[in-house]
Amino acid sequence: MNNQYIPLNSLPIGKKARVKALVSDGNLRRRMLDFGLISDTLVEALQKSPSGDPVAYHIRGAVIALRSEEASQIIVEPTY
Amino acid sequence: MGLTKQSTGTGVLDSVLRIEHNIPGSKVIALAGNPNVGKSTVFNSLTGLNQHTGNWPGKTVASAQGKIKHKGISFTMVDIPGTYSLMANSAEEEVARDFICFGKPGAIVIVTDATCLERNMNLVLQTLEISDRVVICVNLIDEAQRKKISIDYKELSKELGVPVIPTNARSNYGLDKLMDAVYDIAIGEPGTRPVSITYDDEIETAIKILSPRISELAGGSLNARWVALKLIEGDASLLKSLNEYLGLDITKDEALLELLDTVKEKIFNNMDPGLLRDRMVSGLVHMAERICKRTVHFQDAHYDNMDRKIDRILTSRVLGIPIMIGLLAFIFWLTITAANVPSEIIASFLFRIEEHLTAFFIRQGLPGWVHGVLVLGIYRTVAWVVSVMLPPMAIFFPFFTLLEDLGYLPRIAFNLDNFFKKACAHGKQALTMCMGFGCNAAGVIGCRIIDSPRERLIATLTNNFVPCNGRFPTLIAIIAMFFAKSHLGALQPVVSTLLLTGIVVLGIAITLFISKILSKTILKGIPSSFALELPPYRKPQIGRIIIRSILDRTVFVLGRAVMVAAPAGLIIWVMANINIGGYSILAYCTSFLDPFATLIGLDGSILMAFILGFPANEIVIPIVIMSYMSSGSIHELGSLIELKELLVSNGWTWVTAICVMIFSLMHWPCGTTLWTIRKETQSWKWTIASFLIPTLTGIIICFVVAGTARLLGLGGFQGL
Repeated sequence: MNNQYIPLNSLPIGKKARVKALVSDGNLRRRMLDFGLISDTLVEALQKSPSGDPVAYHIRGAVIALRSEEASQIIVEPTY
Repeated sequence: MGLTKQSTGTGVLDSVLRIEHNIPGSKVIALAGNPNVGKSTVFNSLTGLNQHTGNWPGKTVASAQGKIKHKGISFTMVDIPGTYSLMANSAEEEVARDFICFGKPGAIVIVTDATCLERNMNLVLQTLEISDRVVICVNLIDEAQRKKISIDYKELSKELGVPVIPTNARSNYGLDKLMDAVYDIAIGEPGTRPVSITYDDEIETAIKILSPRISELAGGSLNARWVALKLIEGDASLLKSLNEYLGLDITKDEALLELLDTVKEKIFNNMDPGLLRDRMVSGLVHMAERICKRTVHFQDAHYDNMDRKIDRILTSRVLGIPIMIGLLAFIFWLTITAANVPSEIIASFLFRIEEHLTAFFIRQGLPGWVHGVLVLGIYRTVAWVVSVMLPPMAIFFPFFTLLEDLGYLPRIAFNLDNFFKKACAHGKQALTMCMGFGCNAAGVIGCRIIDSPRERLIATLTNNFVPCNGRFPTLIAIIAMFFAKSHLGALQPVVSTLLLTGIVVLGIAITLFISKILSKTILKGIPSSFALELPPYRKPQIGRIIIRSILDRTVFVLGRAVMVAAPAGLIIWVMANINIGGYSILAYCTSFLDPFATLIGLDGSILMAFILGFPANEIVIPIVIMSYMSSGSIHELGSLIELKELLVSNGWTWVTAICVMIFSLMHWPCGTTLWTIRKETQSWKWTIASFLIPTLTGIIICFVVAGTARLLGLGGFQGL
């Protein structure tokens, strides 16, 4: 699975990945940057909400819930 | 962003700045920090009760101010909105940045969470870029100890170049030291040497080219390096603020513009400013990472396992939503079962006083109308408000605050987000609804946390579908009276709880439904982005919760209710006792409203009470009682059972009770809320819409319920 880039929303729960690119722009991109989502940041998918969306991610010591629309704009490289 | 000055909260800032100038000799201290780091606890612990805040002080939605004296100097603490950044991505961030930049605070305290310091470092570093009058307060150190996270405060202070004070605000630990540090910085020269964030070479060169000219223009009032960064990044909102607060329009300075053009062209090859911002943020994040690597040590790699386990239960696919409803129902059950007895005790106590008052008035030989106005009008209405309102509030609030303190509310937003997404609304609307439980006006102000103007309007227009603390006791009193023990025996509390939970769930369902309709009609649009932090769970401070929720919320709300109840009682009494052509004014009014009211399952007196209850919903039931009693059927009421008899003798059935509850949930917002909506939206159109939407919804639903009951011959409608 290595060296294969996927959108963050397809990262399975319990798995980790490194951020490779943000494809969003404008306000959403700034929000993502506020969370410290820069290149090579380690992200772990923690938990789905009852209806499957949003999903909670572990980002730099904080737990952040993102809707699939937002997570799909973060390109990551799985570490498994 | 197309937002008006007031709706972005700068109106609030204006008043903050004015207050500073009003108090000579008082040093202004800004309290900044990320959301959910216990900033409000620090603020409350420092200022005690010596503060003026909004209706819902648990969460900072507008700036609150408080006073504290330390070493003989009086300080004004300003609690600025919690933000992750000062890059003015949202209204809050703009307010926070403008206050730090232009509010001239004597010191800025940045409250951070010891359990996720790196995450907080972004705001810390950005603030250090602007000001050297900064004290870092590392809060929640007890939680960090519990999670075996050790922090080298001395090293951190050396790295950042400003004082770092570990605190645990909930037990007042470290706050004295914090104030010592604030004192040192605010009085005289700060003597700090804040760390300078170094960016990549290109950005650094650009800063060197721009900052001399900025220094010349701004003098010593601003950090030139920082303004240079903002110019490179193309931050329009800062330029606007510079003009607004300092009267400094640096975009009109030819020399600076020329330099800026050179920089953009020669150094950055006219690169997209967005990409430049990325590079700047990366600089900050890397710096934060470096500092935290040196100063924070996680002895237990799985320090947050417990939080994750709790999350897996509270937000699980199967149990998440049932647990949420169950918790709500449990609190309602406690409130209903426990409020009954104190309600009756207070009622009988207050009415004993009324007897004494009456006896006193007779002894003094005062005219009957004086006794009527003061005792039967004002005193009696106030007594009803206190006895009906106080017990449920004193029980409900602490429990609700407990959930808030535990960190459960963001999980509610997480659980419900998908419903809001389907309604094309924002998941944070769940949080503003939670605030609405306390006070709809506070809920409306809370809508500022939603960035998208469209979704914020939806949240504003529908906030009233959540019953506020003024309406809760109304619902509970009707349930307690109407579904009394004699009918249902041991099942009574269960049925009452289910009813109340059902009403609230109905409110949530209607909120989603109306949000969806709005999204498809007058507020067309797709859902915007959603990112919500789920903060660590925290051990609640029970004692503090009880004191704060009773003092802040219960007493405040009760006080407001009493203030409104007194004149309303007076009006009712006068209306009931001035006769024209053999009938009282009240009788004319109620009989005028009666035909329409009957159509929606109410009666004239009830609708009249809702109208008179416009200033505050708390007084609806007391006015209904007053209005029935003034017609002379029953004069002595001691208990809820007698109260129920009064209502039944005036034609109430369980269908009436249901319709009153539905109408209480769905009718026009109270005066305060409407006024707040006008202020927040800056538009009469949306204020009127927020009046009409819940009112029409309530009328339609009540009409359907009453009509169906009538068709089916339920509930003995012949009485109405």
